[in-house]
Amino acid sequence: MMKKVLALLLVCVSVFSLVACHGKRQNPEFVMPETFDAEKQHEITFWAKNDTNVHQVQVYEKAIEDFEALYPNVKVQLRLYTDYGVIYNDVITNIATNTTPNVCITYPDHIATYITGTNCVVPLDVLMNDPSYGLGGSALAFDGPTKEELVPQFLEECKIGDTYFALPFMRSTEACYVNATYLEKLGYTLPEVLTWDFVWEVSEAAAKKDEEGTYLLNGQKVLLPFIYKSTDNMMIQYLRQCGAGYSTDAGDVEIFNETTNAFLADIAKHVEAGAFSTFKIAGYPANFLNAGQCVFAVDSTAGATWMGSDAPLIDISEDRLVDFEIAVLPIPQIDPENPVMISQGPSVCVFNKEDPQEVLASWLFTQFLLTNDVQIGYSSTEGYAPVTLKAQQDEKYTTYIANRGVDNDEHYSVKIDATNLLTKYTENTFVTPVFNGSTSLRNAAGQMIENVTKSVKRKQTVDDAYLEKLQQEVTALYRLDQLSAGSVGQGSLGKLPTEAVALLGVLGAVWVFLALYFVIGQLRAKRRKNGKNS
Amino acid sequence: MKKIVALMLALVMVFALVACGTEPKKDIHAKGEGVMTYAQYEAAAMDSEVVVETFVQAKQGWWEKDGVGVATLYTQDKDGAYFLYNMPCSKEDYDKMVTGTKLKVTGFKSTWDGEIEIIDATYEILEGNYVAEPIDVTDLLGKAELEKKMNMFASFKGLTIEASNDEGAAFLYKWNGTGQDGDDLYFNASLNGETYTFCVESYLCGKDTDVYKAVKALKVGDKVDMEGFLYWYNGAQPHITSVK
Repeated sequence: MMKKVLALLLVCVSVFSLVACHGKRQNPEFVMPETFDAEKQHEITFWAKNDTNVHQVQVYEKAIEDFEALYPNVKVQLRLYTDYGVIYNDVITNIATNTTPNVCITYPDHIATYITGTNCVVPLDVLMNDPSYGLGGSALAFDGPTKEELVPQFLEECKIGDTYFALPFMRSTEACYVNATYLEKLGYTLPEVLTWDFVWEVSEAAAKKDEEGTYLLNGQKVLLPFIYKSTDNMMIQYLRQCGAGYSTDAGDVEIFNETTNAFLADIAKHVEAGAFSTFKIAGYPANFLNAGQCVFAVDSTAGATWMGSDAPLIDISEDRLVDFEIAVLPIPQIDPENPVMISQGPSVCVFNKEDPQEVLASWLFTQFLLTNDVQIGYSSTEGYAPVTLKAQQDEKYTTYIANRGVDNDEHYSVKIDATNLLTKYTENTFVTPVFNGSTSLRNAAGQMIENVTKSVKRKQTVDDAYLEKLQQEVTALYRLDQLSAGSVGQGSLGKLPTEAVALLGVLGAVWVFLALYFVIGQLRAKRRKNGKNS
Repeated sequence: MKKIVALMLALVMVFALVACGTEPKKDIHAKGEGVMTYAQYEAAAMDSEVVVETFVQAKQGWWEKDGVGVATLYTQDKDGAYFLYNMPCSKEDYDKMVTGTKLKVTGFKSTWDGEIEIIDATYEILEGNYVAEPIDVTDLLGKAELEKKMNMFASFKGLTIEASNDEGAAFLYKWNGTGQDGDDLYFNASLNGETYTFCVESYLCGKDTDVYKAVKALKVGDKVDMEGFLYWYNGAQPHITSVK
């Protein structure tokens, strides 16, 4: 009887093992093939992000068409996203079933989580350096950039630890879009670089109302003098400008410090004065700016085509549009002599697959995204900068930049000013350390500003006790206390899948059963022995 | 005397039975203690705390935000509508909520690009059920009074489908055509020479719903009657749930 039960349990273990393995096959480590097999058919998937911009979609489609013409054995399936967060969630879901895309637009922060899965994302060093198929390789069917032709700073942002896990695709930073007409009306002169003190001062001056609650500056019932799109960037850049802690490279959380608290207290004061709000609380900065309801709107340079009375993309009705002079400046600074701003924008990673030829096909497409036509085509859709020097120095690109303002579409002045801002200040940009959990820390940074802003609007008191409680709340919400030092690429994979839990449970039960079987067997043998002896 | 007593007893029985049969009905629209009427809600300042009793009319979706389940719901009582945005809610409770479910909601009145909503809310499921009939707002299209009906279940009658872009498409995936099947659908319809934009919100009505398929089948020039929720984004942007 006992043997039958044991056999049954072993069968169960086998079945559960197979079930658990299904959909969670681990890919072998990628080994670079000697040559690319041009006869073998591949269908690769490309998950791409666009800014709800039809021109960007067209650039992707053209890139795919051109690539497929060069490599007829490779078909690229495009899947469009408009939100990095959604791509991230979908990738995480698909890692569990080994159905990741081949090529994916992403942020390095997200890759840090993806690479916690073994051999999930392909390390690119070997591919980049391959003399035939690497950057500028001799066997490429297109004129791609060499490694030296990538903007070094942007390439470095794709390194996690000592390994490249992505290539940069586009770069942007944040800009402050200023209603210069209002600034002048308030009696101020537009500086070359804004300081936080200046922005707060002007914003408070702009917030003055008459007895009926109408703003003196715009004659409307609505005015948000200073509105910030990405409050996580707001906190991160302010801390960096102050030289205050955010996190270490290894993932130690340093954000809870005196500078953070002082900044939050300062923000609270200005919210109370009606000088500040955020995208999450009020709406898109561009809509307020274009309706004459804002003086300073901070948003990505990749949002420049929405900014200004003549913007090619407008999201409010014509009757609400207000004509004004717009200026594109760096975000507010602590030290205007040494401006500091974030570098952001999409990168591209390659997911590993069983077939190295399929990975190589994916790599070729990834590189193709860095060719001049794609780089110049995509960067000119928004305030993006190409990530290759090769594209930045191409005559087609320099002509595009030189034609600033000749029309309000492709050469829209605000868009080109935003691009120029990034290329002018590339040396002044930084990125935050990437580790498994860095996305959570980034979210926490923004959430603190959002909470303080909401609380003040709700007439709650923001004092030391409030800030202490806020710190505890965001720590718990984003599990910041569970981020471990040295978690680069080795953090928790999160909750185990149900199948894995079941398998481990069965394995544990079998071991317990085997132990019991052994002990009972021993006892019986002893009894029999004792019985015989008695 | 016995006859009188018998008669009295008979009358008592009759009255008792009649009384049993006419137990006063509970008014499901009567507001509980501390609960605002719609007029009070409408008058409440932005960012102030509000307490309302309202009935679910449609569920836009449930998802996890920072590890917390949140629900977005179109709700209304007999006087007006309340859009509940990202209300922390368990999946179990979300599944319990059906069209008509009564909720007591405590949250903060807020506005996002013109849309008035209740955020950071808590809720309690109450007894009672009310399903609103669509209110015909056709004559209010393009008028300031339309804003008073924000978020209500509404009908739009006798409109004509207009081109959504220069190529003459009857609808677009996403507002500018950058989307794909399964994304929000945007389309234009006109009345008396004025054109208005309508949306099939893909979380509310996904690609397998009748309305999604119906909009994809529209042709420029079609005459349509529509129903949907009067969502707002820098102006009216109805989330359409039916097109005929």
